[in-house]
Amino acid sequence: MKLQQTQGYSIITQWLTHKQFQPFAFQLEAWKNINKGESGLVNAPTGCGKTFSVYLGSLIQFINEHPKDFNSKKNNGLQLLWITPLRALAKDIGRAMEEVIAELGLQWRIGIRNGDTDTAERQKQKRNMPEVLIITPESLHLLLAQKDYPETFQTLRIIAVDEWHELIGSKRGVQVELALSRIVNCKKSIEHGPSSIVHTPCIWGISATIGNLTEAKEVLLSPLKKEGIIIRAKIDKPIQVASILPDEIEKYPWSGHLGIRLAEKLIPIIEQSKTTLIFINTRGMSETWYQTLLTVAPQLAGAIALHHGSIEQELRLWVEEALHTEKLKAVVCTSSLDLGVDFRPVDTVIQVGSPKGVARFLQRAGRSGHRPGEISKIYFLPTHSLELLEVAALKQAIKETAIESREPMLLCFDVLLQFLCTLAISDGFEANNLYDEIKSTYCFAEMTEMEWQEILLHLTIGGKALQQYDEYKKVEIDNGIYRITNRRIAMRHRMHIGTIVSDAMLKVKLMSGGYIGVIEEWFISRLDPGEVFTLAGRNLELVMIKDMTVLVRKSSSKKSKVPSWMGGRMSLTANLGKILRETFNKVLIDEREIELKSLHSLFLLQQELSHIPRANELLVEQIEDKNGYHLLVYPFEGRQVHEAMSAIMAYRIGQQLPITFSISMNDYGFELLSDQPIPVDDSNVRELFTTENLLLDIQKSMNSTEMARRKFRDIAVIGGLIFQGMPGEKKKARHLQSSASLLFKVFEEYDPNNILLRQAYHEVLMQQMDEVRLRNALNRIYHSNIIVTFPQKLTPLSFPIIVDGLSRINLSSEKLEDRVRKMQLQLEG
Amino acid sequence: MTAPIKHIIQNSTFWLSPHRCLYWEEEQALILSDLHFGKTGHFRKSGIPVPQNVFIEDLQRLMDQIAYFKPRQIIAVGDLFHSEANKELDLFVKWRNDFPELVFILVRGNHDILSAEWYSKAGIQVQEGSYTLGGFDFLHDPAEVNMETEGANFIFSGHIHPGVHISGLGKQSLQFPCYYITSRLAILPAFSKFSGLAIIKKKKYETVYAIVNQSLVNIQ
Repeated sequence: MKLQQTQGYSIITQWLTHKQFQPFAFQLEAWKNINKGESGLVNAPTGCGKTFSVYLGSLIQFINEHPKDFNSKKNNGLQLLWITPLRALAKDIGRAMEEVIAELGLQWRIGIRNGDTDTAERQKQKRNMPEVLIITPESLHLLLAQKDYPETFQTLRIIAVDEWHELIGSKRGVQVELALSRIVNCKKSIEHGPSSIVHTPCIWGISATIGNLTEAKEVLLSPLKKEGIIIRAKIDKPIQVASILPDEIEKYPWSGHLGIRLAEKLIPIIEQSKTTLIFINTRGMSETWYQTLLTVAPQLAGAIALHHGSIEQELRLWVEEALHTEKLKAVVCTSSLDLGVDFRPVDTVIQVGSPKGVARFLQRAGRSGHRPGEISKIYFLPTHSLELLEVAALKQAIKETAIESREPMLLCFDVLLQFLCTLAISDGFEANNLYDEIKSTYCFAEMTEMEWQEILLHLTIGGKALQQYDEYKKVEIDNGIYRITNRRIAMRHRMHIGTIVSDAMLKVKLMSGGYIGVIEEWFISRLDPGEVFTLAGRNLELVMIKDMTVLVRKSSSKKSKVPSWMGGRMSLTANLGKILRETFNKVLIDEREIELKSLHSLFLLQQELSHIPRANELLVEQIEDKNGYHLLVYPFEGRQVHEAMSAIMAYRIGQQLPITFSISMNDYGFELLSDQPIPVDDSNVRELFTTENLLLDIQKSMNSTEMARRKFRDIAVIGGLIFQGMPGEKKKARHLQSSASLLFKVFEEYDPNNILLRQAYHEVLMQQMDEVRLRNALNRIYHSNIIVTFPQKLTPLSFPIIVDGLSRINLSSEKLEDRVRKMQLQLEG
Repeated sequence: MTAPIKHIIQNSTFWLSPHRCLYWEEEQALILSDLHFGKTGHFRKSGIPVPQNVFIEDLQRLMDQIAYFKPRQIIAVGDLFHSEANKELDLFVKWRNDFPELVFILVRGNHDILSAEWYSKAGIQVQEGSYTLGGFDFLHDPAEVNMETEGANFIFSGHIHPGVHISGLGKQSLQFPCYYITSRLAILPAFSKFSGLAIIKKKKYETVYAIVNQSLVNIQ
């Protein structure tokens, strides 16, 4: 039967007409396919009715299948599972869904399940599942940790994965893949009464535009072994980009985060708009901006708010609520507001600092002007001069609609180990059956039988051990079923489910009661009691740290430290890098664009001291100063590629003579710094970029840097090696604490074949040392015009790398003893 | 390169070994700290699969040092064992029984939480607080040393797992476990290789020996 002839369709469209809405073409197409039992991916930007494309489709299906009693039928069991990356989104989506139910007169219930759902509510859900459950990936895994979880999914018809573009490139995406494969397969395995028909649930992803939509769909649908379809919403929204420029570019800093002095220029923009979102790249800087805006424009007090991932949930929800109801003039936020439901009153977006990628920039721009036909306007405020160049590049990218891909992660054994433990505490698993199921996911399709055996051994025997003196205990095999029986291990595992990891986070509480947010342990451990820091826009005095909680009191002190949160630093994408290089062709030549014109004097200086690299050139600078000998290279490939490329260069130079490098990088280039002259000039520079022996050199240079060790931090936590301790647990729990770097060292020395250790190297190879991408970049450079200059002082391009380049890594071809001796001599001399 | 270094304190001769322990010639005593035996087993019992080879290597190294210095007694300045008893400690006891003549003294550290009965069975004399021998004091946590007291004994301690940070031109920097010796006390490196570092700041007139691979380097 055609969709248009069904009862469900006519009821839903009547309701829409009544509300004076008209379905979009992509919604109709989604409904049609859902009705047919298809699976697929809906590609639509935020704020265009993407939720309704799947949700109303599910209602139509239900009405059609229960034509007589659809509005009286109660307790239907779970029909629609709605997976969302952020728990903050759940409430809004749930509210929108409930409204529809109420107006249609259906008896469906909408449930929310995430870290904030209390035990009573969870118990209720277990006894009597609502028809719709909105859930985060982590909570979904917790659901799989419950006994008899397959019962929950027997009635399930549709699994929707919202904001799939945000999940796909991360380990949370892998978590979703594993959960989907289990849910899809656990439906088959239970016997049913004669009356019930078994439906394998359909999977529907919802995603903003990314470069690899087809792959995104394949990843999601992999466990179904179905092709599926992509439904695209063809909604064009014009985007307008305006830069906020300093009056005198000469006074503008070459590096740093000093855009803050332009804060005053934001005030008229905020005042002329209904509501403004101000996106800041890091949580630390967002605190600073919030304070500064209040100082510059005290009249905004009460009308401006702060929103980031470390602020206490209730406060965040309040901010979101206030955004909806137009109570706020402006919100200073981080990527925490990138996702999800649209805030209709928002009509202006300001991006402070580089957005690092085209997709992210477009998405943020799309946060304003939600109604079809409206223009999305975004202001860009550079934090240092060179970022102006990035705006020019972004404008070009928007013209070409060059949007990045988000690559799915492969073979994440840490997530798999965690998932297997989850199954082992609920109903247990049988290894052979599960093997095929795991292999049906995109992430583990290439897993070998041997790796699977290793994973199982890791869980049951725990790697290398002394048989008679070992008491390793985690997963046990009982009649062929893998189970965790120890209650304490099970409890600890439940607390551990979740793959978003960072440093140990401590809760921040007022002495007088009241929870403020969370803060990274390494930051707070550097403060002494009595010192003042800023969180959630408040100045707080540290009183003491007790049981994983930081106790503070309010402070009126003017001086305070702003925490810097590690994670969240993004790398420029290859895409934007390419356009950026092309933008250099216009520098000093075609200055029609205001950003390029503003940079005139800076580039004149660059030309005077060194050279301006054009798109077909690579600039290499050698500078000597009191810190030593700097070799600077500017490939404009983004920080991630630079980290790998610089390590390979350092390794290759180190093959010619014993030498030690300290390496620093940013999105534009990298610096090799040494205490001795670096033997690179026109005669030998090209060979450093050869693709010959690349694979071997990748391997060697990777082993001698810290890249794998840094990857291991997350892996160790996800894979269950690091026990962060629970509040209230006694002293003995502390005997289980260790750091990721210590574990890394121990595994490297005593169990180098450990599967989690190997994963750390694998992740470096996949994500940073990606051979294909490196080979392409090196090839491009090898065949470009390489220009070596010897500037007498730091150049505008070199300055930001040398002064505040990120993640210094070391690479040496000298003997450790020799290095120490040399350092000692330097000290004496 | 791997030879111990001679260090005289108050006319007594101490040999600092790059293998994380020191030998007191006059008393024929091997002094060490923070062995944390049983740590890997403790982790494994809780489902964290740390390789046990760390423990085996630590134990092996202790045997090698005993074979090399041939001490009459061992003085452990705390944290000999990591936590509750487990099977790894059975292996330790088995080893201990092979050296019945060796006197084994433990100055109790914060990790040493086994029962008195256990220690006596293992042939270990436990000293609470501090222990004094030949004009030297031994105690676990250097924070408990009262620096004000004039003319008190020189002290050997551990607990903090001292490490030293060295930096050079070109923003180079390295860190190593170390011996940290002041005019009043010596803090030993953690004997166990399954242990982290607390970086100390060397002051003038203090002596720091960094353990660089298999050798000791006197840090200026």
